[in-house]
Amino acid sequence: MVPRFWRKIKYRYEILTSFCENCGNHYYPQREICPKCRREGVLKEEKVCDYGKVLSYTVVNGRTIALVEFDNGAKMLAEVCGKVEIGKKVRKAFRKYGEDGDFGIIYYGTKFIPIEEQN
Amino acid sequence: MRVAIIGVGCTEFGELWDKSFRSIFLNAGLSALEDAEIRGKEVEAIYIGNMSGGKFIDQEHIAALIVDHAGLAEFGIPAIRIENADASGGSAFRQAYMAVASGIHEIVIAAGIEKVTDANDPMEILSTAVDQEWEKFVGANLPAIYAIIARLHMHRFGTNEEDLAMIAVKNHRNAVHNPKAQFRKEINLEDVMRSSYIAEPLKVLDCAPLCDGASAVILANEEVAKKICDTPIYIEACTQASDYFSIQNRKDITTLQAVVIASKEAYKIAGVEAKNVDVAEVHDSFTISELLAYEDLGFAKKGEGKKLIREGETEIGGKIPVNTSGGLKACGHAVGATGIRQIVDLVIQLRGEAGKRQVNAERALALNLGGSGATAVVSILSR
Amino acid sequence: MIGIVSYGTYIPKFRIRVEEIARMWNEDSNAIKQGLGVSEKSVPDIDEDTATMSVEASREAISRAKIDPKKIEAIFVGSESHPYAVKPTATIVGEALGVGNYYFCADLEFACKAATAGIQICFAMVKAGMINYGLSIGSDTAQAKPGDALEYTAAAGAVAVIVGKDPIAEIEATVSYTSDTPDFWRRDLQPYPSHGGRFTGTPAYFRHVISAAKKLMESYGYTAKDFDFAVFHQPNAKFPQRVASMLGFSEEKIADGMLVRAIGNTYSASSLMGLCGILDKAQPGQRILLVSFGSGAGSDAFAIRVTDKILEYPRNAKVWDKAKNCVYIDYGLYLKHRRMIK
Repeated sequence: MVPRFWRKIKYRYEILTSFCENCGNHYYPQREICPKCRREGVLKEEKVCDYGKVLSYTVVNGRTIALVEFDNGAKMLAEVCGKVEIGKKVRKAFRKYGEDGDFGIIYYGTKFIPIEEQN
Repeated sequence: MRVAIIGVGCTEFGELWDKSFRSIFLNAGLSALEDAEIRGKEVEAIYIGNMSGGKFIDQEHIAALIVDHAGLAEFGIPAIRIENADASGGSAFRQAYMAVASGIHEIVIAAGIEKVTDANDPMEILSTAVDQEWEKFVGANLPAIYAIIARLHMHRFGTNEEDLAMIAVKNHRNAVHNPKAQFRKEINLEDVMRSSYIAEPLKVLDCAPLCDGASAVILANEEVAKKICDTPIYIEACTQASDYFSIQNRKDITTLQAVVIASKEAYKIAGVEAKNVDVAEVHDSFTISELLAYEDLGFAKKGEGKKLIREGETEIGGKIPVNTSGGLKACGHAVGATGIRQIVDLVIQLRGEAGKRQVNAERALALNLGGSGATAVVSILSR
Repeated sequence: MIGIVSYGTYIPKFRIRVEEIARMWNEDSNAIKQGLGVSEKSVPDIDEDTATMSVEASREAISRAKIDPKKIEAIFVGSESHPYAVKPTATIVGEALGVGNYYFCADLEFACKAATAGIQICFAMVKAGMINYGLSIGSDTAQAKPGDALEYTAAAGAVAVIVGKDPIAEIEATVSYTSDTPDFWRRDLQPYPSHGGRFTGTPAYFRHVISAAKKLMESYGYTAKDFDFAVFHQPNAKFPQRVASMLGFSEEKIADGMLVRAIGNTYSASSLMGLCGILDKAQPGQRILLVSFGSGAGSDAFAIRVTDKILEYPRNAKVWDKAKNCVYIDYGLYLKHRRMIK
């Protein structure tokens, strides 16, 4: 599964949305075709700002997983380091998501930190 | 061409430690043939819903395997496995229905099967039904996705954990009288509320247990059905719809849009409205999914699903009894078999053979979901 | 003029107190605190490592100076806790920062001084006209064997320094003093470092720090009076205090850089963390003496003069505020965070 992780590294390390110049919608994760405009769509990669707010969340296996919404309307599922509630502002952070056993590669990616817990 | 169900069969659902994948299937298939009072060689094609033979038992190419084990290789009957996560059963049913409706086949089997207990962590395998790269990667398994949906539904509409708990209580109560159900015992509200969180706000007793099981139904065109069956149950509509795969891309995660689309289409084809449905089997893989179904199938307005459960309207004896079998929650969720099991239970209701679970019903609806709702299959049956 | 054009720091939010560690080993925490001059240390979260902290510190450095990441043409990560034994940390950083693919890159290891060596390399590359900006990072999640004296101080943190022209702090001069002195080491495949106890003092830390500082001053004509601030590598609070007085620096001149008191020894980030504590308040024209120390052993000494540019440079959040903003954990959680129990 190394190539599968590697292929998307760019999108895991930084939050990049697909912005359709035709309809103005933002999509995360990145798309190859705009679902609204289909072939008329023109997709451009766009970096979203470092902040978002929690639309909803759960705590599973001891981890907080949230659906984070950005100002541009795109939504992203990610782990949040710390306690959250709906509406909480969060800031992106570069963290480890896991590793492939003791011998495999380390999976890094984007998580979020509740804003008052910001370091 | 009108299509009827002329025979149904189902194994017990549960941890069938001493039964193998193939023998579970044989049991369900034979009961359905026996119920239809046909031999087997009349069957022209077999459609098998199965989510993951590959992951659960490390076996692919299961359709031909099953044909062989059922002694049907002799007749060379074509068979195909249909995979749509836990909507595999419903999807197989739809493929079988279309094959007969189109006139290509006269008699076919639609079946579903899953053998989950041979695997170490069935929920992890079921969770391959969510986006592995963008949902599962960040730690969101299937319960987590539904929990996130549930949390927002609660926040937005005032649904609470007790409303969800009441759904589990109702389904367990119904299962007491279902001889095939995995959990034939009542639980009370406190049991659910006291059970530990799997994915907040969903608790252990909000989640349908994964189990082994198989189910099969025999479909025939109206002409054939009338000749060989005293109690044909007709398929008025069988529709399917897709939604954005990951909740990240859904405009509103508190609505399962595929359910809305598939049910509207089904009502249109059947020429009925939601209020004309007398009994329903819906996909309560989590209690929140049953609550969403109340709203997205049109039994209640968006946000008002809680009223149905609070006022007992989905109980046996209520306005629209839901999951009189016990649902996935108490029957057990045999993944690929579930969609067919729902049809089996509705046929039993429509034939009037449901015993203590019996409700007065002319028309029944089944809703089978795949994963977090990216696939929805809706079937409407009538006497 | 070449020097520091931006800096960024990262300190994980968790701390463990000396008392809590001493409780495990029935040791006298007061004596330890007095002996080391350290009362607590920073601990990374379970999902943090040298690479993640490097990225966080670098992102701060880039955003403060509003530098286009594509103009960073060299990245060096100095650490003795690289997540991989083979596979660079620096490429993870480069990818996360979006610097593109045309950049000079390597991981460095020289115990606690690898990042100051990285600064020297970047300085030379900018001076040679090879690059516009170079990024040197010191980052460590320092390992310490449970029960070892190092456990009280081995901390976690990262500093990122961007070197280029038109700096906020000019690097006026730098020299190094290096010898083969095995005072502290970690053998291949071993999880924890070993050390020579008191041998780490006079023949190692003091000899190298003082030799490098004196050589810098002699070669470039400085005296202690020419420096408004001094910062030395901080394995504990005592060593830099002693070395300061040996070189003729008052307590006041080192106080702003003594981050070790609040967060422990951040190894490759240690002396640079102190430098950032000073840069957070330094005024144009003020001069700073920076001397790192890496076991094995070597010291890099720098004369750094703050320029007018610092007045328009955003310096919040300050390193000391980051050091103070923390959550205390007990020894059990500490073991979990450090992944000594899984």
